[in-house]
Amino acid sequence: MTEIPEHLLKRAQAARDKAAGSSDASASEGGDRIPDALLDRTKASGAGAAVVAAAPAGGVPVGAGPGGHTQRLLTVVKSGSIQEAKAAPVDKVHTWPHLLAVEFVAALALTAFLFVFSWVVNAPLLQAADFNNTPNPSKAPWYFLGLQELLTMFHPMIAGVTLPGMGLVALILAPYLDRNASNKPEDRKFMTSMMTMFLIFWAVLTIIGSFFRGPGFNFTFPWRDGIFFEL
Amino acid sequence: MAKVLDNPRPTLKERAAKIGAQIQGSQAWNSIFRPGSIFRKGYTDSPRNRSYVIMNSVLYHLHPVKVKRHAVKVSYTLCLGGLSFFVFILLTVTGIFLMFFYRPTGANAWEDIQTLQTSVTFGLLIRNMHRWGAHIMVLTVFLHMARVFYHGAYKPPREFNWVIGVVLLTLTLLLSFTGYLLPWDQLALWAVTVGTNMMGYTPVFGSQVRFVLLGGVEIGSETLLRWYVLHVLMLPFVIVIFMAIHFWRVRKDGGISGPL
Repeated sequence: MTEIPEHLLKRAQAARDKAAGSSDASASEGGDRIPDALLDRTKASGAGAAVVAAAPAGGVPVGAGPGGHTQRLLTVVKSGSIQEAKAAPVDKVHTWPHLLAVEFVAALALTAFLFVFSWVVNAPLLQAADFNNTPNPSKAPWYFLGLQELLTMFHPMIAGVTLPGMGLVALILAPYLDRNASNKPEDRKFMTSMMTMFLIFWAVLTIIGSFFRGPGFNFTFPWRDGIFFEL
Repeated sequence: MAKVLDNPRPTLKERAAKIGAQIQGSQAWNSIFRPGSIFRKGYTDSPRNRSYVIMNSVLYHLHPVKVKRHAVKVSYTLCLGGLSFFVFILLTVTGIFLMFFYRPTGANAWEDIQTLQTSVTFGLLIRNMHRWGAHIMVLTVFLHMARVFYHGAYKPPREFNWVIGVVLLTLTLLLSFTGYLLPWDQLALWAVTVGTNMMGYTPVFGSQVRFVLLGGVEIGSETLLRWYVLHVLMLPFVIVIFMAIHFWRVRKDGGISGPL
């Protein structure tokens, strides 16, 4: 069993003494503990008059105080001391129907688009794999063509592994490196422009790798030599 | 005569309504459709039922009962995250269909796709949907990442969910890349050759990484089997786990970010 700290015991004893003392005091005052000022105010107001007027007619209720008061003001507690609203109310709507309807329409639109597109455009199926016949050019899937484009500029270890690895690590660390707490676009001009530059850099590399690289992965113009690109 | 007028024979419509009410009031019916379902007897559009619709559906209760008003604006999210998940479901369904007609061996794979396209009902359509859907998923996941970045939604308390998002983007690329090999045509073989040659330049462990990925020193039937298992089982399994954490964290971190 835990020891009750001494200062708490003392405090409890003091409270008990005080309570005993005050009950004696209130007994001597005949139980009337409503401050005179409040009583006067009540009497001055219309409600007080009504109570006083009604009291003789209906008789004093059991347990009522002097003057027929059936309620007492024990204490006035300011709202801030016991309750504090920290969270501001958020403007919310029901998920059904407001969000689910939007999601449903979006899903339906995407399904319709995919269905029609797949109906009209066939996925490529070239000749069966042949190890003795290397197509020229050989290209990676489009989302890796930015990397393949980097291969023309750097050593494969840098272009194929180090740079994309650093890109991934930078993405993962972004929330820990960005110490700016604001999400307002006007406060985030640096990060926004960094990301935009990164995305444009990547998009340009991918587009060059996709459409401007021909046989031998040499630079071509798609309008001059045709497109060497399969999805 | 008066008696007949008081109790006319019930019309067909009345009988149907009565049977309908009986079915809707039955124990079996009520055990299937939980409170708040529009199929329950006496369904009305009330705030309470709107909450029940979400709470009592295994699919919808990924969502909270209420969301911030700005979160339902299409212009804020462009639905990109939700659509990525939806395309993943479409890919799972079409992928299961494709699995019925495909054998991951060097001798059979290409022939099976050829047969699927020419002799299987809707085979060509489903394969097209699977292929184009895969490209769409790479796009939507990528655009979702850009959207989240531009909204600053990776900031506290959502840092870790952003990290999970980067993992999901990587897994999406891996899923797409492993699927790229499976048709076993010239496009697949040489695209994957280029891709895996790049990974062979990993510092220190390059040749080991390449060996594990290819199941040998060169691409062959072993690679096909390995990537098939990765594509249809292992990577989907892993990505579903990460998606579950991702969606759960969205709610635990206080719902969608913003408003700006």
